Amino acid sequence: MLIHEYQAKELLAEHGVPVPEGRPAFTVAEAVDAAEHLGGSRWAVKAQIHAGGRGKAGGVQLADSLDDVRARAEALLEHELVTEQTGPRGRLVRRLLVEKAHAFSREFYVGAVVDRHVDSIVFMASSEGGVEIEEVARQSPEKILKTTVDPTVGLQPFQARKLGFGLGMEWAQVKQFTKILTALYRAFVDKDASLVELNPLVLTEGGELLALDAKFNLDDNGLIRHPDLRELRDPNEEDDKEHEAHAHGLNYIALDGNIGCMVNGAGLAMATMDIIKLCGGEPANFLDVGGGTSAERVTAAFKILLSDANVEAILVNIFGGIVRCDVIAEGIIAAVQEIEMSVPLVVRLEGTNVEQGRRMLEESGLDLITATTLADAADKAVAAGKGAA
Amino acid sequence: MSILVDSDSKVICQGFTGEQGTFHSRQAVEYGTRMVGGVTPGKGGQSHLDLPVFDTVEQAVAATGASVSMQYVPAAMAADAIMEAADAGIELVVTITEGIPVLDMMRVKDYLKERPTRLIGPNCPGVITPGQCKVGIMPAAIHKPGTVGVVSRSGTLTYEAVYQTTQLGLGQSTCVGIGGDPISGSDFVDILAMFEADPDTDAVIMVGEIGGTAEEEAAAYVRDHMSKPVVGYIAGVTAPPGRRMGHAGAVISGGKGTAEEKFAAMEAAGIAIARSPAEIGEKTKEVVTA
Repeated sequence: MLIHEYQAKELLAEHGVPVPEGRPAFTVAEAVDAAEHLGGSRWAVKAQIHAGGRGKAGGVQLADSLDDVRARAEALLEHELVTEQTGPRGRLVRRLLVEKAHAFSREFYVGAVVDRHVDSIVFMASSEGGVEIEEVARQSPEKILKTTVDPTVGLQPFQARKLGFGLGMEWAQVKQFTKILTALYRAFVDKDASLVELNPLVLTEGGELLALDAKFNLDDNGLIRHPDLRELRDPNEEDDKEHEAHAHGLNYIALDGNIGCMVNGAGLAMATMDIIKLCGGEPANFLDVGGGTSAERVTAAFKILLSDANVEAILVNIFGGIVRCDVIAEGIIAAVQEIEMSVPLVVRLEGTNVEQGRRMLEESGLDLITATTLADAADKAVAAGKGAA
Repeated sequence: MSILVDSDSKVICQGFTGEQGTFHSRQAVEYGTRMVGGVTPGKGGQSHLDLPVFDTVEQAVAATGASVSMQYVPAAMAADAIMEAADAGIELVVTITEGIPVLDMMRVKDYLKERPTRLIGPNCPGVITPGQCKVGIMPAAIHKPGTVGVVSRSGTLTYEAVYQTTQLGLGQSTCVGIGGDPISGSDFVDILAMFEADPDTDAVIMVGEIGGTAEEEAAAYVRDHMSKPVVGYIAGVTAPPGRRMGHAGAVISGGKGTAEEKFAAMEAAGIAIARSPAEIGEKTKEVVTA
């Protein structure tokens, strides 16, 4: 799960990571109030969206007076921000973070991630702060320092010192850096993070280290023990259909194609998308209806697929294991009777209770196209989609 | 022969009296799996499905001599259950549970490092040696005893691959779901090595997906160490970067872990590629009869 920068900074500050003084703002008036309350003469006004590349795209602005804060907030709030990570449509900015601005002399990158290669948390640091770490990794991988944390003992101070000295810091800074990394590790473990980044971590002109920007991605599986963190989810940052699907326990990801897919199991759902493409079509979505599927869930899934105006045919591909084909057939029949099916529907059932499921569909008299194998199903769905176009 | 489990394997179920544990233990018994009991803390001394229930894995092992545990324990308690099984000397733990926090799995892997227990999963369909032993949630009917080994990160996509081979008259030696999480107990290389050493496996199907580098490592292993033919498929050619495709481990991050990279690595290693998921069975037939 992704959270906003201001939420990330609150979590990190609780654990002792130094961040600039700041306040979130949902309106222009709140932004001006925030600046006034923070004091000083220079502020950063930062768009809060779940996408990187905000700086380059104009989503982070410096203001030198309260009027300037107002003008910058007006320019950002309720406007689409297009960054290299948002796609061409951009994201509507609904929240801002107003912070005291700080002059700095150096920028570092610090990140921690669960590295599946070594089954451990790995810390990374680079003197090339403020830029995309993937870019640094491509151009000059030797500039990224790494240290792997032993899960039994946790991050040790010597590991932080090695990174700090490796980045060319003075001893006074290394001491601060060690505290910051220790705090970061604690926050990572306490909150079940999957990735945390301070980018940049800056050295201010006053000689202090400060996390100017922060990213804190949470492990979705870890949320079972953090009900408070679940509330940080911002539905505005999710596609409407994805949000709706999530509420029904469906795993849905919107894509740009014309063939809507409903599949059980994540691997088979991806394979179904792939074979649609191989047959000359484009998948409109990824949709895994999951293991404990009910008729209501199938109906909800159809409604979500049909709410996508690009969908010109729907392919249902179910390989029954725990999910029984007769239950799926019942769900399809109920759904088709309840909602008006505006596009052709191709159904392929296989596995547990398949005979019963197929017979139910046949006897229902519904206008649908049945398929036997995976290839047959994809061919028919792509042909049906072309027929509708 | 086969790998991991056979008709002699004595199996217990952790999470035995829960809904999932009950359903799948009954199915396992019907299939002929040698189920010898189950564990649910607090219900020791009871009988369930005509089998004894124990409070701890240690008691279950002492009383039954079980060497395999299949687990249907809820995600929040699953890590504890795996470590309990390892502590009790269980040789093979098969964890079906989906949704275990990744930091829990990190600690579990660390705990297992010094112990002989092998973990399959989590977030997987389990292990089946057709006609002998079923430890998991896969539909029994699509399997058939034979000589093709199957290893996969997915559930239903594995069924698809198994079904295709059965339709073509090929059977399976053992089918292993290694699971869709970023940290799992066993990886492709572990299972490929077992299939290579198993005299009753003639060919192997490997079903991968986007995310991580396990398929690339497996390809290198096949190139350097395997004499048996391997058929490979990767799901997720059309998956967008940065999105988690259902499985926690199925995500392309920082441009890494794409299906194309994995296909290329497999092809370079001499693995027979099925570009389409519908061709997995036919490709296998080709390499077996070649």
